[in-house]
Amino acid sequence: MTEPADFLLAVEGLTVSFDGFKAVDDLSFYVDANEIRVIIGPNGAGKTTVLDLICGRTRASAGSVRFRGRELTRLKEHQIVQAGVGRKFQTPSIYEDLTVFENLEISFPRGRSVFGALAFRRDEAVRERVREVASLIFLEPMLGERAEALSHGQKQWLEIGMLLIQDPALLMLDEPVAGMSVSERRKTAELLRRVLRDRAVLVIEHDMGFVEDIAHRVTVLHQGRVLSEGSMQHVKSDPKVVEVYLGH
Amino acid sequence: MTESSFSRKDMIAVLIFAAFILIVLPLALEPFRLNLVGKYLTYGFVGLGLVLCWGDAGILSLGQGIFFGLGGYCMAMFLKLEASTPAATKIQSTPGIPDFMDWNQLTALPWFWRPFHSLAFTIAAVPLVPALLAFVIGLAMFKRRVGGTYFAIITQAIAAILTILIIGQQGYTGGVNGITDLRTLLGWDIRTDHAKLVLYFISGGLLIACLLLAQLVRRSKLGRILVAMREREDRVRFSGYDVANFKIFVFCAAAALAGIGGAMFTLQVGFMSPSFVGIVPSIELVIFTAVGGRTSLLGALYGTLLVNWAKTTFSEDLPQLWLLAMGALFIAVVVAFPNGLAGLVQENVAPLLARLRPRLRPVPSATVDAPKQGAVR
Repeated sequence: MTEPADFLLAVEGLTVSFDGFKAVDDLSFYVDANEIRVIIGPNGAGKTTVLDLICGRTRASAGSVRFRGRELTRLKEHQIVQAGVGRKFQTPSIYEDLTVFENLEISFPRGRSVFGALAFRRDEAVRERVREVASLIFLEPMLGERAEALSHGQKQWLEIGMLLIQDPALLMLDEPVAGMSVSERRKTAELLRRVLRDRAVLVIEHDMGFVEDIAHRVTVLHQGRVLSEGSMQHVKSDPKVVEVYLGH
Repeated sequence: MTESSFSRKDMIAVLIFAAFILIVLPLALEPFRLNLVGKYLTYGFVGLGLVLCWGDAGILSLGQGIFFGLGGYCMAMFLKLEASTPAATKIQSTPGIPDFMDWNQLTALPWFWRPFHSLAFTIAAVPLVPALLAFVIGLAMFKRRVGGTYFAIITQAIAAILTILIIGQQGYTGGVNGITDLRTLLGWDIRTDHAKLVLYFISGGLLIACLLLAQLVRRSKLGRILVAMREREDRVRFSGYDVANFKIFVFCAAAALAGIGGAMFTLQVGFMSPSFVGIVPSIELVIFTAVGGRTSLLGALYGTLLVNWAKTTFSEDLPQLWLLAMGALFIAVVVAFPNGLAGLVQENVAPLLARLRPRLRPVPSATVDAPKQGAVR
């Protein structure tokens, strides 16, 4: 194994316990730049908790998360975002009262301080970038609509768009295709393949077809620990994995 | 200014309101009634702040009386010092200090009163002292992610504490009577009808200025972030914003606005007392805004005028019933029309206007919006 500094994201010995229950237990894994990594595992394996720990939503009890050589466990959420980590939540998390344009504009990485926001001007650069991202997420015709008018799938795309506009080096997606229709799912896979090229992505997903479709490597979690790691083929044929997860 | 800063419709609505309070009311009302309206309008400053803080950002403060009172006390301290010249107070055992201090055996002016000899300091203190306290409260609460009901309860507790403090420290604050017997501002007698008329216009003009300022904040990206925070605080945080800073800012802004209102209140009413600081006035201020519409700046102002007009009218005849009526009104607003009068207007009058519009297209839009004035009032 190479030096941890070579990885974009190095998670080492990460542990968090809630009232004595270790949701994530001495977890280590490494993600390369431009790698698409999928985390799978049965319910309660700690998948979402791992994302929460990386993005600072939950504080680690022990261990370290290094991103581009920078320790994240001591940073606040917005600092982690500014360092280049984007996070999509499981349920679409968008601003329903604002228009699609405003949703994307708020996520545009400029004017993030109080007075910066006060002085923020909607110039051509902003408009162009918003339009560019909107066309990527199939929402360009809806820019003026209030976000509450969108369908479930469109809301998921909007949130993905809100992350893309930040241009993060690491994108974390929690079940991006959950609750989508078959056609929406296909479009989402296409969208992700297109936008995921220039960055590392950490995806939690249950849909095995989708996982096989996009994953470079797969990490299988079980009871807060890594059960198996490698290519989808490798993981699928690992007897431990078959026993706890795929065999069900 | 971006192109979205002020739509023509917004500008017309503001002009109608300005014309209403600065032209219609002064012409229609006798001086006594106009002075009452002037008093109500000072609550409007608090309403503007509540729209930003509560309506937009979703932070319910049940302690705006604190900031209204602080602003009012700052102004009252200046006026009291001016009224307490050694010549005017020569019968006191210590001439030159406010009368209530003398009654409480104080022999020197306390240190925190001294800067209030200066009008410039006072004018700066009126928004800044409330904003500073709001900053401290905000820092302690929002950085620790205290919000929602807990925050409302804490502001309520602080309002109670401040009232008790003011009443208890009689020698420094004038106690339960407050600071009374205010006479002149830089030698200009503020008790005459003419002075009250002038102060009414100053207060009204200031209110319009604050309204435009609040509008500007709401139309900036900061305004949209406030709304976004109300809906999805985590999403805002994970879009790279330090949410606590935005909450502190809007809470301070609301406090500063309330402070200006308090100072204008002191000037027009001629005294300031703890009865404007505590729990009941703080809740009343929230009710005014709720009735008018907490997501509409103008709605909050009309609501404040309307509720206070009703309060004065009904409590002149049926003082006991008023409190019950006010409670019923609040419940009705919360249950039946959560966006207040402004929401009702938007739902019922705006579609009507939209239907009229195609026929009226060649006519300048001032005429198109004219029916709205009657509806809003």
